[in-house]
Amino acid sequence: MRRRLEISELIFKVLSYLFLAIFAIACLYPFVYAIAASLSGYHEVQYGEVVLFPKNVQFKAFADMFNNNMFWNSYSNTLFLTFYGTLWAMGVAILGAYALSKKRLLFRKFFNFFLVFTMWFSAGMVPQYLNYLATQRVFSSIGITDDKWLVVIAMGMAAMNIILLRNAFEGVPSEIEEAAIVDGATEFQVLSKVYIPMTKSTIATVALFFAISRWNGYYWARQMIKDANEHPLQVFIRLKLEQFMDPEQMAGWREVYASDSMIYALIVCSVIPILIIYPFIQKYFAKGTNVGGVKE
Amino acid sequence: MKINATDYLVLDKETGKYKADPEQVVRDDVEKHYWLHVGRMIVKDWRLYIMLVPMILVFLFWRYFPMYELLGCFKRYEQVTPVADRLFIGFSNFKSLLVGGEQLSLEFWRALRNTFLLSFYGLCFGFPMPIILALFFNEVRSNAVRNVFQVMTYLPKFMSTVIMTSLTLMLVKGASLVNGMGVISQALVHLGLVSEQIGNMGLLNQASMFRSIYQITGIWESAGYDSIVFFAAIIAISPTSYEAAQIDGAGKMAQMRYVVLPSILSTVVIMLITRIGHLLMVGYEKVLLLYNLNTYVTADVVSTFAQRVGILSGNGGIASAAEMMNNIIGMLLVICANTIAKKASNTSLY
Repeated sequence: MRRRLEISELIFKVLSYLFLAIFAIACLYPFVYAIAASLSGYHEVQYGEVVLFPKNVQFKAFADMFNNNMFWNSYSNTLFLTFYGTLWAMGVAILGAYALSKKRLLFRKFFNFFLVFTMWFSAGMVPQYLNYLATQRVFSSIGITDDKWLVVIAMGMAAMNIILLRNAFEGVPSEIEEAAIVDGATEFQVLSKVYIPMTKSTIATVALFFAISRWNGYYWARQMIKDANEHPLQVFIRLKLEQFMDPEQMAGWREVYASDSMIYALIVCSVIPILIIYPFIQKYFAKGTNVGGVKE
Repeated sequence: MKINATDYLVLDKETGKYKADPEQVVRDDVEKHYWLHVGRMIVKDWRLYIMLVPMILVFLFWRYFPMYELLGCFKRYEQVTPVADRLFIGFSNFKSLLVGGEQLSLEFWRALRNTFLLSFYGLCFGFPMPIILALFFNEVRSNAVRNVFQVMTYLPKFMSTVIMTSLTLMLVKGASLVNGMGVISQALVHLGLVSEQIGNMGLLNQASMFRSIYQITGIWESAGYDSIVFFAAIIAISPTSYEAAQIDGAGKMAQMRYVVLPSILSTVVIMLITRIGHLLMVGYEKVLLLYNLNTYVTADVVSTFAQRVGILSGNGGIASAAEMMNNIIGMLLVICANTIAKKASNTSLY
């Protein structure tokens, strides 16, 4: 039996569709505009004639960017940082979380506190910076002169992610572990053959958290990587933006596209990989926030 | 304490004599040789402790050593000298920040106030938005349509701060000789919401506009994604609750008031407490990327202030002192929030 909608319910329904549509479009509009503006001609972008669709279409902004070696360089640097950064962080986090999830670990409370305390109290930017400088000195004294490795190894560890993993490991029934031990599995085999397969979805989620934060990392990469050839994409975009928004540097601009189009083209290119994998990872993220109950 | 002989002695069935309880012997042994026992346990499970080592080292080197570096706030700053060897000067770094009425202390108080205000406004405007979104998502009956809305609103969360701030900067920028006005500032000028002059200068060069832009971009960035938690709480409500309310003649507003609100209240309270706990933890990256000389008045937060003083002007002692104060107040807030959350709902946030 379907009951008729009350008038108040109807109004609320219409209102919610309207609000959601407006909000969703507003969320997406800047990206759509970026695509349109990156493809439009000089005059159209300059005088704000582009609203939704590209006008006087040109592809030169993209072509020029693709011909820029620095762009590809920064892209490969970002891929490097994301790949090795995620690998390193996941390795450290899985091992640590596994040990922490074991009840028989001595001083377990202390180790947990050791981890959680970093979420309550962070030293802040300046001490962190001085620390990274010191790390840089130590690393170069042992032969690691490539600042990319400094970014990979020293940065991007998050206590929250380790706790997510630990909670997932704690959820694995201990009987299964015992069975594996009876069958002669060593500690590492228990981890790799029992725990990791059983918590696949959490591991994927945490890996995605790490990977996204690596892909998006900007500030420390800019502070610590001095060589412009080593800059990741985010730093490259920001430096280009700073250069292009400076009227003095742009005074001699003679192109068929506006300098803004170049920035928009850069933005579009850095967003595309995320857009491609986004539909696949979106459900993992939605799940990830619920893994450990209500958490930030 | 009363000691029973049976705690220590057990009857051996075969010989008919009393002998020492082996379990108690072990317990005594553990008590007497505690560290020996600890050592034995560690040797037995050494693989477990090896696994812990990389994590401990990473956190020690890059989370705890900076805290040690932070102690430089009590010392006179010299860059290459290690913290321990610097001259101890007590609280004078703090003093020059807190009192004195000079440029430095004025800027510090301004930064502290801005930090607080940015998160406070975030609490007022940014916090209710995900809840409203979740309520509206719940109204959409068709899964496909709702998915489309959700995918669209979550998307900005996956973009980097650089991308988000670059788009913001481009969309609200002013006009110059070589560049036209950003499309949003143009629209606002057309609608008469801002004057042409301000539009030409660029909205992000206006100190009075910074906070609004910060909050609006904050909502754009995370409201959709943050609604997941609330939406999960809403869809967990059993449909029978709505039916019962409808039979009792409840309209939409009454259902909201008496069915939905009580069910999501605990989630809302926990999220609210978390937000309050993080009141002094404003992300520095976004502010650094959005602010400029013209907007320091409203945009400068403690970490960006410390960054300017410490990294750019090379006065690490003062910068450490500023961060020390900010972080200690921040930590106290987090601990309070956590305790309250524990009391209120039996769920610890950490």
